[in-house]
Amino acid sequence: MKKNRSKYLLLAPLAIWLLLFLLLPYCFVLVQSFLKSDDFGNVVYDVNVDSYTKIFTNSLYYSTIFYTFLYALLVAAICILISLPLAYYIAFKVRRNKLLLYSMIVLPFWVSYIVRAYAWKIILGENGILNSLLMKTGITDHPVEQFLYSTFSTIVCLVYILTPFVAIPIYTAMEQIPKSLVEASKDLGAGSFTTFRRIIFPLALPGIISGGTFALVLTMGDFLAPLLLGGPNTLFISNIVQNLFGTSNDKPLGSAVGIVILLLILAVLEISSHYEKKYSSFKINS
Amino acid sequence: MVQKLKNIFTFSSAWAVMLFLYLPLFIIILYSFNNESVNAFPIRSYSLKWYQALFKDDELIGAVFNSLKIAFASTFIALCIGMPAAYAINKYSFWGKKSLERIILMPITLPGIVTGVAMLSFFPFYGINISLTAVLIGHITFLCAVVITQLLVRFKQMDPFLEQAAYDLGAKPLSAFFKVILPNMRTAIIGTVLLCLVLSMDEIPVTFFLIGGTNTLPIEIYGMMRRGITPEVNAISTFIFIFSAIAIIISTRTNKKNKSAA
Repeated sequence: MKKNRSKYLLLAPLAIWLLLFLLLPYCFVLVQSFLKSDDFGNVVYDVNVDSYTKIFTNSLYYSTIFYTFLYALLVAAICILISLPLAYYIAFKVRRNKLLLYSMIVLPFWVSYIVRAYAWKIILGENGILNSLLMKTGITDHPVEQFLYSTFSTIVCLVYILTPFVAIPIYTAMEQIPKSLVEASKDLGAGSFTTFRRIIFPLALPGIISGGTFALVLTMGDFLAPLLLGGPNTLFISNIVQNLFGTSNDKPLGSAVGIVILLLILAVLEISSHYEKKYSSFKINS
Repeated sequence: MVQKLKNIFTFSSAWAVMLFLYLPLFIIILYSFNNESVNAFPIRSYSLKWYQALFKDDELIGAVFNSLKIAFASTFIALCIGMPAAYAINKYSFWGKKSLERIILMPITLPGIVTGVAMLSFFPFYGINISLTAVLIGHITFLCAVVITQLLVRFKQMDPFLEQAAYDLGAKPLSAFFKVILPNMRTAIIGTVLLCLVLSMDEIPVTFFLIGGTNTLPIEIYGMMRRGITPEVNAISTFIFIFSAIAIIISTRTNKKNKSAA
């Protein structure tokens, strides 16, 4: 009896905190998405599904959701593509200083988001480093404007920020592959590429999926990169939510868009965890 | 010969990615010493004037102190709430454990913008308007998730007989906690605290919606960037980079020590 009481005592502060400051706010967003706002932006308690109808009929909303999802897939794909050689190199080719190199992938993850986004602003800017470098070397004679304030710069920045998130799980998965397996494959006459394709890649797949999922989900929820580096036409779905809670002041519609993003992300997480489990079952228990 | 070429390919592509990760950071550091206000190539002359400007910028210094206050307070409170809970989750089974574990992870798995607007919409019902207090509550909430996930890993690795032995030798629960469990968790706690401090100092998506008139550091930098590029941001970014590097070095060092001790 006494033991029972003490375990609830240990859990109570957390449970109360999460209920008050996390669960109730989330539930309220769900409720708010079914309300509507008056001309002054006040929320009126009048239950309806207008916001959801708007999202699925007005192309501003559904096409932005669609394009954000495509960009997120692109960002995830690029992150995986560039993480693979890095993770492979550290897991299989480096003997000494492995921990140091691993820490080097982790370090950028600890450096502030805003600092890393800012770096690309000074590199890609109209009078920035890349443009002045290109002009100095005579490759162009006028600054290339498309570098900054475009969807291109937003995607570069997101890839840069999210690569550590993707490289870490891929490296962890590769590190767990028994080295003897790789040697056996080579002894049986497979070249490096075949070994990579037939042995390393399938066994690293759970890490690749979980890393890719991080990149996908984080891009879908990101509103800062498009805000800081995107152009007037770069609009991600989270920017719409931010506008609806800010200048446009239509909280019910903003909540509804938020709920749609949330459902989409939950679906992505569910699908990816299914595949992660499926491919983990190939793991060799040695 | 072919093998050699393949090795060169692996080596160079890996280091090209490493360069991609680090070059932008080095560019910021380099350009923080630029004498001019335009970040152009090449740098013509060097100076420390942006660092001098930094120390005269009262708003920026105020933002640094706001961020430090929020970071230390939210880390401390999240640890007080999260550590006992992590201990209980590891040791006991109870009704709704699976759901609780899912809810704890929500602020990490769900996008910050949704958490941000949810808090923005609901906190006024408690009489909490956008302010540093609201930011503090927001930070504590997501740091609880960080504290619990980090500490659970270590609790799971700990030998359960260690605690039992303390009780068998007549220790009361509290003294068993402070004399046996806490010393064994020391490195995990140091690592968690550092991670929490860094995450709180960097947090934008939730803070963005809850902040009132007084800024935290990343929001102040965001404002400076919106107003136009000023090399002062290079200087403050250099400081942030150095502190992040120190934090991760301490964190990996304590982790390594613990591994060799185990």
